[in-house]
Order: sequence, then structure tokens, then C-alpha cells
Amino acid sequence: MKSDFWYRFLKNKMAVAGAVVVILLFVVSFLSPFISPYDPNEIDLTNVLSSPSEDHLFGTDQLGRDVMSRMIWGAGISLKVGFVATGIAIFVGAILGAIAGYYGRWVDAVIMRFVDIMLCFPSFFLILAVIAILEPSIWNIMIVIGLTGWMGITRLVRADFISLKERDFVQAARGIGASDFRIIFRHILPNAMASVLVAATLGVAGAILTESALSFLGIGVQPPTPSWGNILTAGKDNIDIAWWLSLYPGLAILITVLGYNLLGEGIRDSLDPRLRE
Amino acid sequence: MIKYVLKRLLMMIPLLIGITIICFAVIHLAPGSPTDLQTEMNPQVSLEAKERLRAMYDLDKPLHEQYFLWVKKLAVLDLGKSFSTDHRPVTDKIAERIPITITINVLSMIFIILVAIPIGVLSAVHRDSLFDKVTAVIVFIGFAVPTFWLALLLMILFGVNLGWLPISGIRSLNYEYFTAWGAFVDLMKHLLLPVVLSAFGGLAGLSRYMRSNMLEVIRQDYITTARAKGLSERVVIYKHALRNALLPVITILGLSIPGLIGGSVIFETIFAIPGMGQLFYMAVMSRDYPVVMGILFIGAVLTLLGNLIADVSYAVADPRIRVS
Repeated sequence: MKSDFWYRFLKNKMAVAGAVVVILLFVVSFLSPFISPYDPNEIDLTNVLSSPSEDHLFGTDQLGRDVMSRMIWGAGISLKVGFVATGIAIFVGAILGAIAGYYGRWVDAVIMRFVDIMLCFPSFFLILAVIAILEPSIWNIMIVIGLTGWMGITRLVRADFISLKERDFVQAARGIGASDFRIIFRHILPNAMASVLVAATLGVAGAILTESALSFLGIGVQPPTPSWGNILTAGKDNIDIAWWLSLYPGLAILITVLGYNLLGEGIRDSLDPRLRE
Repeated sequence: MIKYVLKRLLMMIPLLIGITIICFAVIHLAPGSPTDLQTEMNPQVSLEAKERLRAMYDLDKPLHEQYFLWVKKLAVLDLGKSFSTDHRPVTDKIAERIPITITINVLSMIFIILVAIPIGVLSAVHRDSLFDKVTAVIVFIGFAVPTFWLALLLMILFGVNLGWLPISGIRSLNYEYFTAWGAFVDLMKHLLLPVVLSAFGGLAGLSRYMRSNMLEVIRQDYITTARAKGLSERVVIYKHALRNALLPVITILGLSIPGLIGGSVIFETIFAIPGMGQLFYMAVMSRDYPVVMGILFIGAVLTLLGNLIADVSYAVADPRIRVS
């Protein structure tokens, strides 16, 4: 089963390309102190908004900081936001979905109505409203993106639980007197993890996009901490004179999100080729 | 039919109550009192004045009482007064800005339908053709591209370099001198980029959905039957298959509403369009809580209404739904 997965995964060129992008991003994030050519926060007012050159491959920003160095450090920021936010979403989503699917009846009805209500809110509105109250900071946006993004996972896990809970191995566990807690977390949940893994990979992509949009609007990661989104804010402010501030960070976001999407779809197709459209 | 609509309306009530509870909870996440913001900058405000201000916004009452007072006002569309210096009623502030936001969203929706459906149908009918492969790549990139970045690039291209399109606001400065037609063209020029960009996300999603839907329908027995009785391929595809593949699109369009409304914050801010999204952004930045809560509520209600319209039109289009 496992070797089947790897066989199918490695044969899927797009999935491997996605995995390479994701691994490269990890490497860049962990090595950023060593590979970034300049200090990302070093201000050089004699060298403001200079276009890409040999000294500054991606140019400099409105304070003379090296854009490439800021982007390298920004990679770590978006990775952190993507993973923590998705972790929160999975934690909340999986537990609620497990409880709803396992217990059914009114518990299920209450949880699923709550999901319906949450889905009525344009998620960007909800995120902005909470940020307005809690002060924008990298921790707050991670939490808020996570807490507004768990509904899809709840639906997935619930559906898995409904079909799994009648299976023989669950009946057997119940027969030998296993507690509900044990059945849910030790017996059923590991079997529902495949769909969660796919949703999580795609979720990281979504969280990175949301973070960059928030930072772009000035309510996400706060300067001077570099993030791809807040470099783009400078790009907008200098739109008619400094195209490089707009082009490169956006490309980085595009490639990153593309990488996670390809990886996620690759994992899904390799786990179960029948799911392929 | 009427019974179905009534049933759907009844189902909206618990959702509506849930929406009010969440809006209320969000605003009470704030540490301290929302009125602190108005008074903290001014050391001369006496404790007594602070208490009066709190009483004015009912903040001195227990939480559940505050909630019921708020809902009671909400029922007559009283969303309170803005914290900003003009202290105008929130309802008025939203009402004057909502038409432009809805116009842009409706235009985007029309754009999505007109572009995504033909793309989806053509790539399903000509499966694995060059057209299918190229659109698949474009759609995949479309899912990953940050649309606010695309907005910047298009602004640089069409606004700065080519100078074809205006990049901010909804009117030129000298619009008063235009004829009616000229003013209309001017408005459309201003709206072109925002509409196309906010349609972008939905475009990728719907065309992919339309394609897989169409492929699914073409496999059905009744399509084989239609072919077997000698109908031309065109009649089979565009009359028998397309009609059935189009039905679920209504639901997808309904589901895309929250994304469109949410996106209005980004595009209205980038293009300086005086709509509800921009108002929301400004309220968030200045911590104008009554406006934030009001727009959060209106946004959720618009989504709810959009879904209702989608469900009802689905029932009109497909009699099977009404029965079950």
C-alpha cells in the first residue's frame, strides 16, 4: 500500500515539481541567515528604490533595503503562518468533525449548524473584524486565519467518520470495551487522516494567500518584519516608479501557492487514483 | 413551489440568529471597553463622563441584556452610530456605499458566467485537445495567483505604461462635463479592471467545475440514447447534455458569493472605489466598531440571501428538488 503510494507519487511529474518547490522553500527559510546577501532590515538612504542590479538582484525598497534579502526572510514568515494557521484549523476541524460524525443525532445537528453559520460569513470580513479588535500581529493573524478556516475539514472528517464507524474493526473495538475517546482517536481518526492531509496541504496554500493579502492591506505582518505581502504594499505606493517591488514578491507567492496546490493534488491522486477526475 | 420557498425561509431563521450571536461575540472580544478608544487619548475625560459614554452605548448592562438590546435595534435596521467624527448612523453610511459594491459583484458574476461556462463546455467536449490543456494550465495558475498582485501588475500595464485605463476611483475628475453616454463609458472604464479581477477566482473554479460536470453528463445513458437515435452531435451536446450540466452551476454561483463580497475589501481598497468594502477597511483601520459590526452582519446576510436565491432558482429549474 505504502510503496504503491510512492510509486504513483514519483511517477506524477507535477506532484514531484510541487514537492521540490515546497522543500526548497523549507531550505530557504531555515538557511535564511546564511544565504540572504544583506541584513533584511538594514536601511540605506543613499540607495533608495534602486532598480535591480548586480549588487541588488531584485533592487531596493523605499528605505534602501535589499528586496531579495527581505524576500528570503519573508519565506520563513509565510511558512510559519501557513503551518500554524493550518494546524489550528485541522485541530479544531478534526475534533468537531469527529465528534459530529461519531455521535450523530443532536450533537451532529448542533455542530453542523454551527458550520453553516460560520460559512455565511465572507471569511475575509470575519478575519478583518477580529484583527480590528485584537491588533494586527503575526500571532493574531495565524490564530484568526486558523479559526476561520476549519469548516471544510469538519465536513470531510465527519463524512469519513459516518462511513467508518459502522465498519467491523470499530465494532470489534467497541466489543472489547474500548472507550469512545479511544475509538475516536486511536481507531477511526488515523483512518480519516488521508483526506485531512490533502486538505491541510491545500490549506497551507490558502493561508499563505490570505496572509499576503492581509499584510498587503497593512493589517497582517507588521513592518519592519519582512513579508511578501508588505513588500507589495511598498510596490503599490511606488507603482509608477518601482515595478520590481511589485513583480518579485508576487511571483514568490504565486510559485509557493502553486507548489502546495500541486503537492496536495498529487498526494490525493496517489492515495486513491479513483479520486482523479 | 410556495411550500418549498417557505421551508427555505424558515430554515434561515436559526442561521440568522447564529449570525447575530457571532457578530456580537466578535465585537466583545475586545479587551476593555470599545469606548476606551474615544477617551484614552484625552486625559481630561472624567470617570463620570466615561460612565455616561458607556451608558450611551448600553455597555453598562449585563452581556445578555446588551445582546437583546442590540438585536431589537437590528430588527428595525438600526445599527447604531459610527464612532468616527461625523457620528452618522451606520445604516446610512452602509446604504450609500452598498450599490456600487453590489453593482461590481453582479457584473463580476455575469462575467464569470459568460466566460467560464463556454470554456468548461469546450474543454469537456474537446477533451485532451490543445485548448483543454492550455486552459487547464491557466486555471491551475488562476487558483494560485494572488489577485491583489495581479491587480498591481494590470495597473502598471494598463494604467501606468499604456495609459489606457484609469486606476483609481469610479469617475474622472471632469465627469460633470461628459454627456450621459460619455459618463457611462467613463464609469465602465473605471470598473473594468475591478470587475475582471474580482471575477478571477470564480472564473477558475467555475470553468473547472463546468468541465468535470459536462464530462459526467456525457457519460450518461440518455446521451448514448440521443446519439443512437441519430441526433447530430451538436444537438446532443448543446441541447441534451448542456442543459443538465448547467443545473448545478446555480449552486456553485451561490457558493461563490461570500468570496466575491469578501474580495470587495481588497479591490475597493486598491482601486479606491467608494463602496462597502472600502468603508469596512477604513472602519477596521480606525477601529470604528459599530461600522465593523454592521458590515460584518450585512455581509453575512447578503451571503444568506444569495444562497436562498440560488436554492430557489435551482428548484425552479429542476422539479426534482422541489419534491424531495
